[in-house]
Amino acid sequence: MPESVTTTGATPPGDPAPSGGSDETKATGATIELENLTKRYPGAADAAVDSVNMEIKAGELVIFVGPSGCGKSTTLKMINRLIEPTGGRIRIGGEDVTDMDSVKLRRKIGYAIQSSGLFPHMTVAQNIALVPRMVGWSKSKIKGRVEEMLDLVGLDPGEFRGRYPRQLSGGQQQRVGVARALAADPPVLLMDEPFGAVDPITRDHLQDELIRLQHELHKTIVFVTHDFDEAIKLGDRIAVLREHSHIAQFDTPEAILTNPADDFVSGFVGAGAALKRLNLTRVRDVEIRDYPTVTVDDPLQDIFDKLRSGKVNEILLLDKRGRPYKWLRRGDMMRARGSLARAGTLVHDTVTRDATLRDALEAVLTDNAGRVAVTGRRGAYEGVVDMQTLMNSVHELLEADRLDAMEHQHELEEQRHAQTLQAQEGGGTGEVPR
Amino acid sequence: MNFWEYLGSRHQQLLTDAYQHASAVFQCMVVATVIGVLIGVATYRSDWAGSVATTATSTILTIPSLAMIGLLIPIVGLGVAPTVVALTLYGLLPIVRNSIVGLRGVDSTLVDAARGIGMSRTAQLLRVELPLAWPPILTGIRVATQMLMGIAAIAAFASGPGLGNEIFRGIASLGSKNALNQVLAGTLGIVVLALLFDAAYVLIGRLTIPRGIRA
Ligand SMILES: Nc1ncnc2c1ncn2[C@@H]1O[C@H](COP(=O)(O)OP(=O)(O)OP(=O)(O)O)[C@@H](O)[C@H]1O
Ligand SMILES: [Mg+2]
Repeated sequence: MPESVTTTGATPPGDPAPSGGSDETKATGATIELENLTKRYPGAADAAVDSVNMEIKAGELVIFVGPSGCGKSTTLKMINRLIEPTGGRIRIGGEDVTDMDSVKLRRKIGYAIQSSGLFPHMTVAQNIALVPRMVGWSKSKIKGRVEEMLDLVGLDPGEFRGRYPRQLSGGQQQRVGVARALAADPPVLLMDEPFGAVDPITRDHLQDELIRLQHELHKTIVFVTHDFDEAIKLGDRIAVLREHSHIAQFDTPEAILTNPADDFVSGFVGAGAALKRLNLTRVRDVEIRDYPTVTVDDPLQDIFDKLRSGKVNEILLLDKRGRPYKWLRRGDMMRARGSLARAGTLVHDTVTRDATLRDALEAVLTDNAGRVAVTGRRGAYEGVVDMQTLMNSVHELLEADRLDAMEHQHELEEQRHAQTLQAQEGGGTGEVPR
Repeated sequence: MNFWEYLGSRHQQLLTDAYQHASAVFQCMVVATVIGVLIGVATYRSDWAGSVATTATSTILTIPSLAMIGLLIPIVGLGVAPTVVALTLYGLLPIVRNSIVGLRGVDSTLVDAARGIGMSRTAQLLRVELPLAWPPILTGIRVATQMLMGIAAIAAFASGPGLGNEIFRGIASLGSKNALNQVLAGTLGIVVLALLFDAAYVLIGRLTIPRGIRA
């Protein structure tokens, strides 16, 4: 396996990776290939994991999702050989690791589990330092690394370094668990329901954090969950697993939502696939309308004129810093006898361009006039999204997804057909499927 | 001669006996701890071996100590040897049992995590399992020590060292003017030693149980 390059003096956390340059070159992860991977527990009639084949690209975040007992954890734990496979091969970064020393293998693979798995008798710093110490880093390098990792997961080193796990909240423990898993800069990270034991709000934060982390680090991550929404939110690709870890579908979240392979997958996707699709698109991806605006500094007369000109029913009043302040309707100024302070309705909800369409829809639905202002830097007005734009966008999205899916299917069929032709070596029947 | 006068006149002898008593118990405890924890480590993973180990050590405890020393005399002779062997054997039971219970009680997800981040079998044991099992093991050691304090008195029967000599001398000369004083001095001496050892264990607990898992 090629030594992964540690980027010391890396970009400060929170800073997006410099743009330009293809994603492949930035990936510090390694590929994972599973070939006919099988686990038969002693005494069990059926294999818990039955001949799984899977290729995971370097730098990809892949989710295993499926019902309880389908073999997600068993499959995951075979990748670092916590569970020894009874058949098949595992290759990481092209190297066959099925027979290598498993202790050495695990030091190159990060491992994070539910309820953090932190050792209660060691401080946060000691926990994080474990793997670097085992692989023989120098004391000073380890010290620096602990600080760096705490920073990376958003915990202040000065405050948290010396604490014991029981002095942390569940969410903080989970962050330290991730920091420990990443401390020796492994190219591969395995996570078994890491956010399963925290409350929904904390889980949401941790998920956002993981997305940000992955944006910076480009590890190859395999993540087990049985929460499909979590899978959609995090995954580059999702493997929906059924009993014996059979792969029901292995594809992008978009493809699984819009084109589930079979009833099992659609059952797992659950109701509201179209709604879930809204989580995958951001406001910046849809059309944002311009809206007539005035600012509080404009002369009252201009505001009156604009409202009376007849082209619009309503205008958006911005405050001194250009932030949406009030919706003004035609009669409002009259009723308030010309006082801007009393006229109109306050803007109580805005969305940013980074908000998901689901958030935008939520805001539009709760707004009595069915529109929401979009804001940019420092809350400054950028435009408006309303019901009509949302509907159009969603229709377009779904249509595009459907076309993609069809094309994808078509390609697969053609591939299969070409293979059959090859196999038959020209002795073909000449029937081309349409 | 009242009790205090007795103490005053015999304090040299009493202190020597007390020192030998404490020293015998301490040394046997060290040996019993090492052997007991090793037995625990060797057997806790297997249901079968674990129960064999606990049953064997409990059986030793059912043998009356006087009988045990009596049985040992023909094998190892009189004096210090039967004392040491008997004390070590009795000390094993609480330590073996608590080691097995403590090691089995370590949260299995932590062992899984230790393995998962690449600890060798030895590292798992030394860095994770034993530190986490240490509080119950220390309790076992403490219980064993208190037990041995009493049993060590019986050692005088086999001409062993310690405060037992004082007690046996008293019993042997019942009716004489100092008999009661001798028994009382020996018994109180043992009680005081037991309390001192217990205080030492509290201190050892403070010093050796990691802060993160201290109750
Ligand atoms: N140590 C074991 N010995 C025997 N059978 C086992 C063992 N571990 C798991 N199994 C069986 O293997 C199957 C898959 O278990 P696994 O833990 O991989 O499921 P999972 O998909 O992770 O489930 P969950 O979502 O509940 O964690 C189950 O039927 C389980 O009973
Ligand atoms: Mg599981």
